[in-house]
Amino acid sequence: MLRLDSVCKTFNPGTANEVRALVNVTIELAPGSFTVVIGTNGSGKSTLQGAISGAFDLDRGSITVDDTNITRWPEHRRAHLIGRVFQDPFAGTAPGLTVAENLALASKRGKWRTLAPLLRGARRGEWKDLLAQIGLGLENRLDDPIGLLSGGQRQSITLLMATLTSPKVLLLDEHTAALDPRSAELVISLTTRLVAHSSATTVMVTHSMQQAATLGDRLIAMHRGQVYLDVSGVQKQHLTESELLALFSQMRRDDRFDDDACALVAGQYR
Amino acid sequence: MSLLIATLAIGLVFGVLALGIYLSFRVYQLPDITADGSFPLGAAITARLLRDGVDPVTATIAGMAGGALAGAITGAIHVHFKVNALLSGILVMTALYSVNLRIMGASNVPIKANTIFTPFEQGAIAWFGQETSILGRSVPSSDLGLLLATTIVVGVAGILLVLFLKTELGAAMRATGDNARMLRALGTSTDRMTILGLALSNALVALSGSLFAQMQSFADAQMGIGVIVLGLASVILGQSLIGPVRSIALAIIGAVMGAVLFRLLVAIAIRMGLDANDLKLVTAVVVLAAIVGPTWLKSIARKRGTHAPA
Repeated sequence: MLRLDSVCKTFNPGTANEVRALVNVTIELAPGSFTVVIGTNGSGKSTLQGAISGAFDLDRGSITVDDTNITRWPEHRRAHLIGRVFQDPFAGTAPGLTVAENLALASKRGKWRTLAPLLRGARRGEWKDLLAQIGLGLENRLDDPIGLLSGGQRQSITLLMATLTSPKVLLLDEHTAALDPRSAELVISLTTRLVAHSSATTVMVTHSMQQAATLGDRLIAMHRGQVYLDVSGVQKQHLTESELLALFSQMRRDDRFDDDACALVAGQYR
Repeated sequence: MSLLIATLAIGLVFGVLALGIYLSFRVYQLPDITADGSFPLGAAITARLLRDGVDPVTATIAGMAGGALAGAITGAIHVHFKVNALLSGILVMTALYSVNLRIMGASNVPIKANTIFTPFEQGAIAWFGQETSILGRSVPSSDLGLLLATTIVVGVAGILLVLFLKTELGAAMRATGDNARMLRALGTSTDRMTILGLALSNALVALSGSLFAQMQSFADAQMGIGVIVLGLASVILGQSLIGPVRSIALAIIGAVMGAVLFRLLVAIAIRMGLDANDLKLVTAVVVLAAIVGPTWLKSIARKRGTHAPA
């Protein structure tokens, strides 16, 4: 279970660039659930992920995984509970290390790095099976530097790495946004399979309305740092792409209305 | 021939330096100028302890430990106080200048006691007699002992470094230099890895300094000037010798070969009339050329609308 309680985060407080990225957000996600998060630019959907992963300190509020309060844990300490895949397909793997070495580092997620040889007792057979699942012939490239692989290939491996140690929480931060359509499709189908087999509470941020409509058992739409819409169960299942698009234009209209109002007010004070 | 063997031995000592610089510059991608302080620190600690009657092995290891501490301090300043890595190195290097003078009690300390090389020199003399002949030229046997000792030290250090970089910890260090964000997401403190890596790098640099002092029979407060550039020259030269390789072992062999070759080139240049005072200027220019040269040539080629030869 993942619980956010009255979480607040403001970037650059007190300056002209002040951004209230998260305003009193309270969300409780059931264990093993798969939640899709959407939102306009600057809605706070990525900040939400950052808050969970520990990329910054919160201004207020708390975050608990199962019954552990992790609010004050640094990023690297949370990692044994949280698996992550980033938007940048190159961010999740170390290019100079081989595929096997990357997997080996991930298989010891959150543990002390010791003086034992990294690849001793490596479960190569198991890894080959996992890599074969992706269907890109990666099972024969265990000993190639991962930097030689394409973005889609590396993102697929990052996804494997994130789920290798069965984390409590899996964070997917627009992890197909920077991929070509074919790779994105491949990564999404791998995501569906891995999430189905995993007991992790999964949070996937996406920009794709199609993904938002078809994936997950719950949908949260963020707007101006707050939860704008939260549907689950049957309601979520019947949600269509066009309904989501309509929701989006509604949120954008709100934005524009506020911008227009600002301009109007600003005009009077000029 | 005697000059050649002595040059090789010194080159191998700088090979140990190259191992340290390889770690900071190639693995962490930061040129750590702490080396200019930790090299003489290793020398100073060893010289002081030898003068105080400590046995050479302990004195050498103590020198290394001093270097490790210096590197750890640079790393800690960098990661905990978010001070730019280069500036952290400059601060520690500057502070070490005074520390080294304190340790030695003078700016120059001769080493009169037995050194870590003495058993090898004596062994070679016992085996071959005072002089021996190689390819028809007479060579002092002690130089052969020196060459053997330095070969062993750089060999052992190099093998240990390669093995280390393939351990969980070593691979985590490589990943820190490669993609720190990924390693944090995998639950390892990159701060800790950076401190540890710089400690290890400077331990090797200090070992090199300690060996150099024992070989030259003195430690000097000024002997660290330009050490980082010398190390970089070795690593870059080694890279061009070996080519772009994926194997860590080959890259490390390349760095050691680079150090030896650089030393040989220097010896030849001085033989041919290069003023020793101009050496650092020449070294700096060579390193600059090696770093910017390839890119610069390519951009010239592009401007002319042709492709640079690969």
